[in-house]
Amino acid sequence: MTHHQYRAQGLAGNERRKLHCSHHRKPDNGGTRVEVWQIKGGVVSSSAASDSHALLSVRDLRTHFDVGGDAVKAVDGVSFDVHEGKALGIVGESGCGKTVLSRSIMGITTASNASTSGSVKYSGTELVGKGKRELRKFWGEEMAMVFQDPMTSLNPVVRIGRQLTEHLRAHKDLSKSEANDLAVQLLTWVRIPEPKERLSNFPHQMSGGMRQRVCIAIALACSPNLLFADEPTTALDVTVQHQILNLLAQQQQERQMGMVLVTHDLGVVATRTDDIAVMYAGKIVEKASTSALFSGMRHPYTQSLFWSIPKTSEPKHTRLSAIVGRPPNLAALPSGCSFADRCPYVQPICREVEPQLQTIDSHSFACHLPVGSSDAEAALSANISAGLPQSEGAATRREAHQGTFT
Amino acid sequence: MGKVIATRLARLVATLLAVTFLTFSMTALLPGDPVNAILGVDAVRDPEVVAKIRADLGLDDPFLVRYVNWLGNAATGDLGQSYITDQEVITTISQRLPVTAQLAFMAIIMALILAIPIGVLGAYKQGKWQDSTTSAGVQVALSIPNFIVGIFLIWLFSVRLGWLPASNWNRISSDGLVENLKTAILPASALAMTQMAIFSRLVRSDMIATLQENYILAARSKGLSDRFILLRHALRPSSLSLMTIIGINFGALLGGTVIIETLFAIPGVGFRLINAINQRDIIVIQGITVFIATAYVVINTIVDLLYAVVDPRIRKG
Ligand SMILES: Nc1ncnc2c1ncn2[C@@H]1O[C@H](COP(=O)(O)OP(=O)(O)OP(=O)(O)O)[C@@H](O)[C@H]1O
Ligand code: SF4
Ligand SMILES: [Mg+2]
Repeated sequence: MTHHQYRAQGLAGNERRKLHCSHHRKPDNGGTRVEVWQIKGGVVSSSAASDSHALLSVRDLRTHFDVGGDAVKAVDGVSFDVHEGKALGIVGESGCGKTVLSRSIMGITTASNASTSGSVKYSGTELVGKGKRELRKFWGEEMAMVFQDPMTSLNPVVRIGRQLTEHLRAHKDLSKSEANDLAVQLLTWVRIPEPKERLSNFPHQMSGGMRQRVCIAIALACSPNLLFADEPTTALDVTVQHQILNLLAQQQQERQMGMVLVTHDLGVVATRTDDIAVMYAGKIVEKASTSALFSGMRHPYTQSLFWSIPKTSEPKHTRLSAIVGRPPNLAALPSGCSFADRCPYVQPICREVEPQLQTIDSHSFACHLPVGSSDAEAALSANISAGLPQSEGAATRREAHQGTFT
Repeated sequence: MGKVIATRLARLVATLLAVTFLTFSMTALLPGDPVNAILGVDAVRDPEVVAKIRADLGLDDPFLVRYVNWLGNAATGDLGQSYITDQEVITTISQRLPVTAQLAFMAIIMALILAIPIGVLGAYKQGKWQDSTTSAGVQVALSIPNFIVGIFLIWLFSVRLGWLPASNWNRISSDGLVENLKTAILPASALAMTQMAIFSRLVRSDMIATLQENYILAARSKGLSDRFILLRHALRPSSLSLMTIIGINFGALLGGTVIIETLFAIPGVGFRLINAINQRDIIVIQGITVFIATAYVVINTIVDLLYAVVDPRIRKG
């Protein structure tokens, strides 16, 4: 039985998903297993052989751009895993390499000046170094992406109905009416009212929120195992942001998809992802389960992000006001810790020795004076009395945020 | 829709008024006299005969009076008759405009058939050898004059290979389509060459811009093939300026194929127009101008309507 026949038989997505996932979860239930592997085009089959059980395993990934001879290190040695059915949040300021990272993982970077190295294993299959032709088998069907700006990620001259199902039709011989039924089904999943009428719409006839729902539906169309959502709500109204994020989280849960949710707002991932990786200047500086991270963040940058979570009472533009200065130039990173110029805890050693990622109880961070340590407390007091601008007010901000997060 | 058509018609009338007035005044400014052409250069100048002819033709009336008279007649559908040949202008046009229009149409179609794949390939393989080779070829095509291409085509297909006639024109009505195409294909190809070069450059540059769009990346991330993305996602948004140029160039070809018409001895509009200009046959010049200007406006109106077909965002506005 092929993938689309499940659909043709009218199995609702959730049922099909559960069926699908139960096979994944219990790979030793006999005959059906083979069938599932076939459904997914044989790509998943190597996962059993791989020693890592991760759906996605990224190791030391680097993407550098050659700009006039200088290397812009947009992604510089990133490693993490995403397990089946789990959501990972990647958080960081604008320009820290989140978009480049997610596109590099999928292999859809188009820049001719980009070079990517390291390892990306999808269910055990190495993706780095694969050609476009081979990668295309993964795109859409295995992993899909929801882009940052729904105003520009839908083709303005192609009807919604076709954009929803063209990739399905390209792979499988779906009749026009089957495709239409499926498109209606997809729009229903993402809760677009009057889905039938919407099929003949063009993108400009829909609001931003509706368009992003359509983008999510497109991403879900082939039932991918892994979904990337690259700041899916940054371009949208505040009121719509929550709806879209909740929709994503709910679909991820129901379908037991792996998900990588990229955002610059720590508050967004707090309730919607299982794990969080904090990114700064092309590197992951802290990584932990969401609960561990919020019960004790260790990296000063994470803490600064936390302090800058917009409170509902504040207008949107005050976000990130708590972090002094700007991220460093990725083409000329300072020696030592790249956060040093903005860190309230900075000490001389920080500018000399680059802190390495260390892991304590599966909580990783790269900092010489991790938050919560007595060294950090001493450093902060010293910096405050020395009048360091980024340290000023750090103590009061910390007071203000004590226990505010729920 | 009714409103749209009304504005278009108003615009057409305004354009025609402006164009005919300008042509009329330009031809009036030209030195030379249709009487010379009528009598022949060698004829003995009997002042009385000359005066009679001038009076008959109304050549002694003030310029504005002549224009208004002409306009009045034209408005009733009477475009007058040639000073020289006495042929009705409307007959001249109905015989000759279809010939030139067919050449222009064939040239545009042939140009498009080549230009779209070349332009798409150039954009897709930007900077690679496929792109540099086609770009060089296009550059050459752009810099060779039409008549050189025409001469080469005649030499190759008529003289060397003997496949096609070197000149003349077979009408569809009397000789049938095949015979007609045999005489049309070479001059149309000669005209198509430059158009192909212009079109393919335009397609290439617009396509390169389109391929940078987010929705192209999004389409890629859906697992669609490059071919599908190029043809189904990128081509349409890249074809708006191409359509504009097609409209403009089609109009330009209607009045500007004279060299090729001469070279291939084709009884088209351009051929006749040059003749009329030489003979100061203002009535014929005016009549042909009216038709070319009308064709221009009509074609560009069609192009405007096609914009909305290609880009749905324009439909509302
Ligand atoms: N083709 C390229 N050539 C050179 N530099 C590039 C290229 N593409 C991206 N960059 C750089 O890589 C860095 C990371 O960009 P990226 O878009 O990944 O940031 P981001 O974290 O997604 O930010 P945002 O929140 O604004 O989306 C930026 O400094 C950007 O200028
Ligand atoms: S290593 Fe030093 S500068 Fe860097 S984050 Fe830690 S304390 Fe701050
Ligand atoms: Mg980004």
